Amino acid sequence: MKIKILIFIIIWLVSFFNFSYADNSEKVDQISKNLRCLICQGQSVYDSQSDFALSMKILIQNKIDEGQNDEQIYDFLKSKYGEWIVYDPEINKNTVLLWVLPLILFVFGGILILRKVSIK
Amino acid sequence: MVKNIKLISVVFLVIVSFFILLKGLNKTNNYSPNLNSSKIDFNFKAKFLYSDEETTLYELINDKDFSIINIWASWCLPCRDEHSFLLNLKSLDKLNIIGINYKDNEINAKKFIKELGNPYSKIVVDPSGVNSIELGAYGVPETILINNNSKTILKKYIGPLDDKKFAELKLIIKNEN
Repeated sequence: MKIKILIFIIIWLVSFFNFSYADNSEKVDQISKNLRCLICQGQSVYDSQSDFALSMKILIQNKIDEGQNDEQIYDFLKSKYGEWIVYDPEINKNTVLLWVLPLILFVFGGILILRKVSIK
Repeated sequence: MVKNIKLISVVFLVIVSFFILLKGLNKTNNYSPNLNSSKIDFNFKAKFLYSDEETTLYELINDKDFSIINIWASWCLPCRDEHSFLLNLKSLDKLNIIGINYKDNEINAKKFIKELGNPYSKIVVDPSGVNSIELGAYGVPETILINNNSKTILKKYIGPLDDKKFAELKLIIKNEN
C-alpha cells in the first residue's frame, strides 16, 4: 500500500512539473502558431525546427518576459518582415478579394437555395 | 449540345490550370519584405567576437558613410563562397563592414576568419539568432547595405553575394551622395 502511495505521489509530482513547464511556453506556442515560418514553406513557426523558427521562439519569449502583449509582438514582427509573416491577412487593396469572395459566394448560394425552395 | 459545353468547359479549365501551375513552377517563392517597411533598430545589443565587451549597432556603424552588415557563420557553406567578395569590398574607403556571427561556435568562427581573411572592421556574435531577427534577417548568409547618415537600408541581399550583386553594391555606393 505504502509503495502504491509513493508511486502515486511521484507520478503526480512529475506530471505537476510537466504542467507548470508547459504553462510557461503556452503563450509562445499560441503566438508562434499564427506566424509563418518564412524560410520553410507551408509551416508555421511553431511547427518548424529551422534555425529561423527556433530564434523566433526565443525572441517571442523574450518579448513576453519584457511584458509586451500579443498585439505588440505581432506589430514588431510585421514591421520587420511585412504583412506576410502573420497568417491572418489585413484588409487592403491586395487582399480585399480574399475577404469579400467567400461572402459573395455565400450570398449567391443563399439566393440559389431560396429560388429553388420558392419554385417548389 | 449541353453535354458538349460541359466537356469543353472541363477541358478548358484543365488546360488553364495546367498553364497556371506550369508558370508557378518557375516562380521563386522567396518572399522578401518591403524595404521601406523594415526599419533597423540601432539599439540592439551584441557582444564582440574578440572581446567580452557589449556594444550597440549604433556605435558600430557610426564612423563612415556606408555600412554593410553581413550575417555569416562558419558552418554555412555559401558564406565561404561570398567571402572573397567581402574581402574585395573592404578596399572601399567609404564603407564599413560589420560581421554578425550567427549561431556559431566561437572557436570555429575564429578559425574561419583566420583561414579566409578578415573583411570585417568589427564582428559581433549572435548565439541565439535573436539579434538577426531584430534586423529582419532570414538566416545566413545575408547582406544589408545601410546609409549611415540617413540610417536607412539601401539594399538587402538574402543569400550569398555573387558577381552581379557585387557590381550592384559598388554601383549603389558610387551613386549615392
